Amino acid sequence: MPGVATVYRWELFKLRRQKRTYIGLGAAIIVPILFVLAIHLRHHQDRGGGFAFSDYLDRSGLAVPLVILLFGAVWMFPLITALVAGDIIASEDHNGTLKTIFTRSLERWQLFAGKALAASTYAVLAILLCGTVAVLAGSVQSGFNSLQSLSGTIVSAPKALELVYVSLLVYLIPIASIVCIGLLLSTVTHNSAAAVVGTLMVSLLIQLIGILPGLGALQPYLLSTQFNAWQGLLRTPTDWEPIVRAAWVCALYGIPAIGAAFLVFIRRDVAGG
Amino acid sequence: MTGGADTSVQGPAAAHFAEAGPPPIEVRGLVKRYGELTAVGGVDLTVQTGDVYGYLGPNGAGKTTSLRMMLGLIRPTEGSVRLFGRDPMQTVHALQGVAGFVEAPTFYPYISARKNLEMLAAYDGGGASERIDEALEMVELTGRQRDKVGGYSHGMRQRLGIAAALLRDPRLLLLDEPATGLDPAGMRDMRLLIRRLADQGMTVLLSSHLLAEVEDVCNRVAIVRQGKIVYEGEIAELKRGAGTRYWLETTDDERALAVCQAQPGIADVRIEHGKISFTADEDAAGTLSQALVEAGALIHAMAPQTVTLEDIFFSFTEGDGVPTGFTNPAHAEPAPAGEGAR
Repeated sequence: MPGVATVYRWELFKLRRQKRTYIGLGAAIIVPILFVLAIHLRHHQDRGGGFAFSDYLDRSGLAVPLVILLFGAVWMFPLITALVAGDIIASEDHNGTLKTIFTRSLERWQLFAGKALAASTYAVLAILLCGTVAVLAGSVQSGFNSLQSLSGTIVSAPKALELVYVSLLVYLIPIASIVCIGLLLSTVTHNSAAAVVGTLMVSLLIQLIGILPGLGALQPYLLSTQFNAWQGLLRTPTDWEPIVRAAWVCALYGIPAIGAAFLVFIRRDVAGG
Repeated sequence: MTGGADTSVQGPAAAHFAEAGPPPIEVRGLVKRYGELTAVGGVDLTVQTGDVYGYLGPNGAGKTTSLRMMLGLIRPTEGSVRLFGRDPMQTVHALQGVAGFVEAPTFYPYISARKNLEMLAAYDGGGASERIDEALEMVELTGRQRDKVGGYSHGMRQRLGIAAALLRDPRLLLLDEPATGLDPAGMRDMRLLIRRLADQGMTVLLSSHLLAEVEDVCNRVAIVRQGKIVYEGEIAELKRGAGTRYWLETTDDERALAVCQAQPGIADVRIEHGKISFTADEDAAGTLSQALVEAGALIHAMAPQTVTLEDIFFSFTEGDGVPTGFTNPAHAEPAPAGEGAR
């Protein structure tokens, strides 16, 4: 019997056949490499930067993925995520294929679930790929060395590697919300470009709110803030508070978005295509 | 499969006729409004098992919207659709045994035709994947199955649409303008394909602008105008209802016109291209010729014209409503299963 797994499998197949998938994954690979090249080129120039782990970029390659996580939250990871989440339903409108798949033997909820899972899988893959390339490229450049935590304690290289990957997983919490927002815009706009750009705009707008004067009280509840939750792992002892907050704050953004997307998807009239 | 005159139903089709149960399509009071605009204004129609049913109407008459509602793609504002007794808006399982497409069939352009069909077969489940080769062969796309659909011509996509429908092993096929955009050979092939499928016992609902095609392939029609059905019934009945149109030339056309208008059994009298034109059955035409002679209007020529579905279609869709001489059985009880002439 066909079901969600069938849709999921074929959505992944379709993703493998689309250029935008490789643009997103390509960016996830190239950005860490370019970043490491930049570190290499500045080797004989002024150092410093004043951000977390900036001093460690030359001492441990394991600092590279953490710095990329820090800056990637601004637009890179939201954009990479939106490339697929914003397109995965809108492209059906573009190709006129909703009517084709809606008249087969699968319920609409199954189609939606399969698509949501595929978009999430792509986002997970992009983040893990970016992190892995950053670890490898960073280690080639600066060595696979121990790392100083945000609390000042020295963490051994294997432990630091573990923390990098757990940080990547924590990073996926706000990314999941971006996926949900992308799916919502993809469903309601029926336009891939509008959904991709719109998702990025939402992400940037939330960051803008965070820097507006007088709105500091909102900071802990902004989606952009949750992209820094992983830093709690790099403290001694581990600070779980930002991670727990990220979980429920992101749920507040993500669940209504995906819920609305789901309802629109299963109830919509397919009058075009 | 033959045109409207063939009343025989044999082979698998006969087996289908023998099936009991709800009709393949039963539409009652179907309405779709978009704000102030009424796209479909109360459609009632019944497609019986074994019918090849033509759904006719000018552009904007609401045909495609009706078909979308029948396939569960659009939620009706009012009314109901039942496919084999099931509501397609409630569950996709109502489409079991049903296939087709509205407007142009659509596929993922960046993957091959074969992969598109494999995906759709996976979505259908059952033995659909085992029918891919057969379906491709039937629409003569076996040699191009590995090509990306993005490179397909319009005609090839239409054929692929049929193949995708056949994967579902349907008992009911809904086709919206399947021959639109095809060259003459493509149209002929599509017509032959529909005939072949009908011969295999498939019930077909065919929305088309190509009236000759409908006349050739279908046994029953519905004519829709401004979102409402203005005629539903058998084509043969429709033509009978239209009567035979004659044209007449006499020594005194003015007097002949008055005689025609006064004569019982003579209807829809008009002057066309300088000749008198009217509809009548054979007996009434015979009586008229006698009355003309008695009135002193000697007949130069009186000849029957062939009434085509196109003539009838235009009289329904461009006139004020049901044309003179027609009885409109649109809301009459549908013929029992198996009575349809194909």
